[in-house]
Amino acid sequence: MNYFYFPLEEWTNDFVNDWLLPVMGGFFDSISVPLRSFIDGVTNLILAIPPEIIAVLLILLAWKLAGKGTALFTLIGCLYIGSVDLWAETMQTVAIVIVSTIIAIIFGVPVGILSAKSNVIDKIVRPILDFMQTLPIFVYLIPSILLFGLGGVPAVIATFVFAAPPAVRMTRLGILQVPQEVVEASKAFGSTSKQLLFKVQLPLAVPTIMAGINQTIMLALSMAVVASMIGAPGLGSIVLSGISTVNVGLGLIGGLAIVVIAIILDRITQGIGNKL
Amino acid sequence: MNKIEVNNLTKIFGSHPQQGLKRLKNGEQKSEILEKTGMTVGVNQASFAVKPGEIFVIMGLSGSGKSTLIRLVNRLIEPTDGEVFIDGEDITKMDKNTLIDTRRKKLGMVFQKFGLLPHKTILANVAYGLELQGVSKQEREQKAQETIKDVGLSGYEDSYPSQLSGGMQQRVGIARALANDTDILLMDEAFSALDPIIRKEMQDELLKIQNKLGKTVLFITHDLDEALKLGDRIAIMKDGRIVQIGTSEEILENPANDYVSNFVKDVDRSKVLEASHVMKKPEVLLTYKDGPRVAVRKMEEAGVSSIFVTDKEKNFKGLITIDDAVKAYQNNIPMEEVLITDNIYSTSPATPLNDLIGIAADVKYPIVVVEDEKLLGIVSRVSILSGLVLGKEKDEVEST
Ligand SMILES: Nc1ncnc2c1ncn2[C@@H]1O[C@H](COP(=O)(O)OP(=O)(O)OP(=O)(O)O)[C@@H](O)[C@H]1O
Ligand SMILES: [Mg+2]
Repeated sequence: MNYFYFPLEEWTNDFVNDWLLPVMGGFFDSISVPLRSFIDGVTNLILAIPPEIIAVLLILLAWKLAGKGTALFTLIGCLYIGSVDLWAETMQTVAIVIVSTIIAIIFGVPVGILSAKSNVIDKIVRPILDFMQTLPIFVYLIPSILLFGLGGVPAVIATFVFAAPPAVRMTRLGILQVPQEVVEASKAFGSTSKQLLFKVQLPLAVPTIMAGINQTIMLALSMAVVASMIGAPGLGSIVLSGISTVNVGLGLIGGLAIVVIAIILDRITQGIGNKL
Repeated sequence: MNKIEVNNLTKIFGSHPQQGLKRLKNGEQKSEILEKTGMTVGVNQASFAVKPGEIFVIMGLSGSGKSTLIRLVNRLIEPTDGEVFIDGEDITKMDKNTLIDTRRKKLGMVFQKFGLLPHKTILANVAYGLELQGVSKQEREQKAQETIKDVGLSGYEDSYPSQLSGGMQQRVGIARALANDTDILLMDEAFSALDPIIRKEMQDELLKIQNKLGKTVLFITHDLDEALKLGDRIAIMKDGRIVQIGTSEEILENPANDYVSNFVKDVDRSKVLEASHVMKKPEVLLTYKDGPRVAVRKMEEAGVSSIFVTDKEKNFKGLITIDDAVKAYQNNIPMEEVLITDNIYSTSPATPLNDLIGIAADVKYPIVVVEDEKLLGIVSRVSILSGLVLGKEKDEVEST
């Protein structure tokens, strides 16, 4: 089938080495510096709070939003994480999840709104989202190290790429799901498009958007191990060192902690969606 | 000046509406255009005018373009061609802000599936139009409160739409439209989702509101009875085209074409009326034993000029006029002698109205409805007015 040679490989390498790194390096620094301090800020903040307070807050939240069972599970889960001495690592992972999710929301919700309002934008956005979700992670993981260095920043970027699409898709879906007559009624009484968006479409889309954010959080957590491969601290690195030293026990306690956190965050964010 | 005036309004759904418009103007039919171009003609060169304070009904089968037409009037749908004047201003040419302002100040709308905001309370729903205009919370809630009271929903201010029955939700829909104080109400099958009893109630309510507030109403329905009851004038649509405009009588007596007469006939056939459906309780019953004096007094009290007579078992005996009763009283003649028993047409409760129409026009006194010789009610000429039209329609069909 090779009728001609398509030098995509060489072009890409030339592009990265001759232009992206030397010319755009400053630009990427300007992203990575504030992002790094954002991640550090969040990490330091939640590490500065005594674990007991965080645990109590989580349990109360779980109770309010998801019921007694989840509250009990949260209590046991927090005790487990403390007792296997993984609290700090857990908080580091949670920090990366929080930062990636916030960025995913900041980017995903507006893009979702735009693609709900315009078919053209939707046609452009949709393949990009497919690309983001299906491109093997390692393909962009390595370049993101080149561009952003090791540590939390490329981890957040890679996590964002993988986890943002549900936020976009579900925002769009949530807005399009608003019954036609409700939208018409609002217009018929003289709403501007801004009023329509903020008084009708977004409030009614919130449960769906929350479901999207819930998925974003789950996907972000599932990236924890991958993120640790590029130097992000946290539970992923525990699992990774468990695997690489054939320390099955270490791998298990780290892995279980990820599952515990995943379940707690899932139930709480679902609870928010249902309450709204 | 007309409140609403629609000139040659056309809406074509599809990729090249202008091309479809050319075909329409060349006289091609909706079906031809669909077949050749895949485009759907929603509304085809419709023209009509609604006078201030008028209830103008648009009627047509499903898919005939009623919803599209009413949405062109407040430009929820962009027209392909034509003009819509609201108080003399062409809404199709307005810029965005003027359009929004016109909707706020001049056009209220009520929807078939209510279109209430599920996340807002009843109070907030009714106040929504005013909220959009930036009216202060206190002021708009006060106005909403009054309107909610007007539609009989006091006490439900803090409920949510999902907690209310369909009829109540539509009252909220109407209150929301009234709260804005617009002159015009657009109602797209506003009562079609309600069950028959509630529906009747809401129709009466609308007539009351219209009487009191003098709103101009553009009302859409596919129900002939509803159209007859509400409409000052009725327009009938077919395939996007208005095929006839007229008062109920005009449309029923002189259907413009087979489509209209079929429409009229079909709707009526589904609801064959019988004498018992339209009969009224006689104003006063007089037992046979009562003398002429009592008869005169009772007629006086009831403000009628004749009275039906029965015995204790309600067996129908006849009728006495006021003149005869007075004569009998003055000359001391017994009641039996002035009792009129012939020239009174009696019928059974199950008799179709059709059979009574010719008779009703000829007889001097109301038709009496009897069963087992007992008087059940009377049917006057007035009470078969709607059925009168039905009968004429049927005669024509039979004679052709
Ligand atoms: N957004 C749209 N896109 C394409 N075609 C449409 C659209 N809206 C309506 N139509 C078509 O236009 C025609 C008129 O539809 P419309 O909804 O106005 O009918 P209707 O008289 O209100 O019917 P119903 O009694 O069922 O409500 C139909 O053939 C319909 O399929
Ligand atoms: Mg319709």
